[in-house]
Amino acid sequence: MEVLSLVQRVSAHPDSRCWFVSWNPAGTLLASCGGDKAIRIWAREGDSWICKGTLEDGHQRTVRKVAWSPCGNYLASASFDATTCIWKKKNDGFESLTVLEGHENEVKCVAWASSGNLLATCSRDKSVWVWEVDEEDDYECVTVINSHTQDVKHIVWHPNQELLASASYDNNICIYKEEDDDWECCATLKGHTSTVWSLCFDAAGKRLASCSDDCTVKIWKEYSSENTQDSSWKCVCTLSGYHGRTVYHVDWCSLTGALATACGDDAVRVFKEENTSDPDQPVFFLAAQVTKAHSQDVNCVAWNPKEAGLLASCSDDGEIAIWQL
Amino acid sequence: MSGGTRLENANPIIFQRSGERLLTATDEDENVHDPIDDREIFDLIRTINDPEHPLSLEELNVVEQVRVKVNDAESTVDVEFTPTIPHCSMATLIGLSIKVKLLRCLPNRFKIDVHITPGTHASEEAVNKQLADKERVAAALENSSLLEVVNQCLSSRG
Repeated sequence: MEVLSLVQRVSAHPDSRCWFVSWNPAGTLLASCGGDKAIRIWAREGDSWICKGTLEDGHQRTVRKVAWSPCGNYLASASFDATTCIWKKKNDGFESLTVLEGHENEVKCVAWASSGNLLATCSRDKSVWVWEVDEEDDYECVTVINSHTQDVKHIVWHPNQELLASASYDNNICIYKEEDDDWECCATLKGHTSTVWSLCFDAAGKRLASCSDDCTVKIWKEYSSENTQDSSWKCVCTLSGYHGRTVYHVDWCSLTGALATACGDDAVRVFKEENTSDPDQPVFFLAAQVTKAHSQDVNCVAWNPKEAGLLASCSDDGEIAIWQL
Repeated sequence: MSGGTRLENANPIIFQRSGERLLTATDEDENVHDPIDDREIFDLIRTINDPEHPLSLEELNVVEQVRVKVNDAESTVDVEFTPTIPHCSMATLIGLSIKVKLLRCLPNRFKIDVHITPGTHASEEAVNKQLADKERVAAALENSSLLEVVNQCLSSRG
């Protein structure tokens, strides 16, 4: 087994939950958000990570998730107050640029496409919205997709294509693409037996990892058909027996291929793929774990995009931990 | 809930309340490690008010001590509750009240699972899933009118 060693632990959202953490594309800033309605920006100074700024007054309720634009100049925040805020980075901090409204209730997730021209949001109202961003920083909703029958928990864009995936309380995963100026669900991935909490593509975008309340992680692989443009996604691996409770988040490192999970049993785990495994039946093994990574549920894990092996996690205890594999 | 509306279960069977916990010498000895036990958890939830009737969950047999399982060493609490009728529309609210009471009273280390006694409610699976979803529970508790109803269930009667 490898070792995840603790670099630092910090109380990020005291007396509250820390719901999510996200690295900027340069890997120099970490944004966190939580039940205290605040977003905090963390940066390294010397050997330690310190809070460089707090974004308050943007939301009236819990900030559930945050996402950086691919250029790193914008931060989007999804809130239980049914809105998504777009923040623009300035020399001395961030300013609120615009507020995206339209969802009927809690916004659960926000994600930027790799081009930076599209943004997606999803909500407890069961819908996924795609927004187009123009050069004047104007946001226009181009589609509302209602493929799920329940609360949509998470959305993620393909690393280089305009392909979007969503995970839901209805136990399914949907994949969407644009066809004739309209966004459509082109695949529904069924297999989990309870809520799918999170999704992550691998670096190439050919595989998708999902995690669920059913305590498993599944790896899905795209199989493209030679005759048509259609593709299908099949579950090629299920990691079961490792997680004691709900798996809330999964992150696939684009540098190393290591897969990290955040679990309701307070543990952070890292899985790696056997080098010799069959691509159609890959084998993943537990490479490292910290059983009491936090004193309460772990909500999110995020690999630094530039420093291999640097992992951030956050918890219901309000803390962020930074680890090195 | 509000006066004048027809009750779903107008004449529930009323059960006897249990007596006070008998204290033993070791209970009062500060030097003896005193893990949280089933009776202690039961005492926290048995006095919760039913949303419809001026009765406690214990008096309606919605909660029973035998349906409380605590493991102090592993920091887990499991509570089964039995709605008075299989189509009780208050089941989620009752479960939420039990969950909130335990979240407020127990140390943060505890994992609290609240679910319906198997086979006693028509929407058992849906109610259990909602109660287990901490994100939806968190959102529900940010809803001030719902929180007020939960707090009414949790307030002690005069």
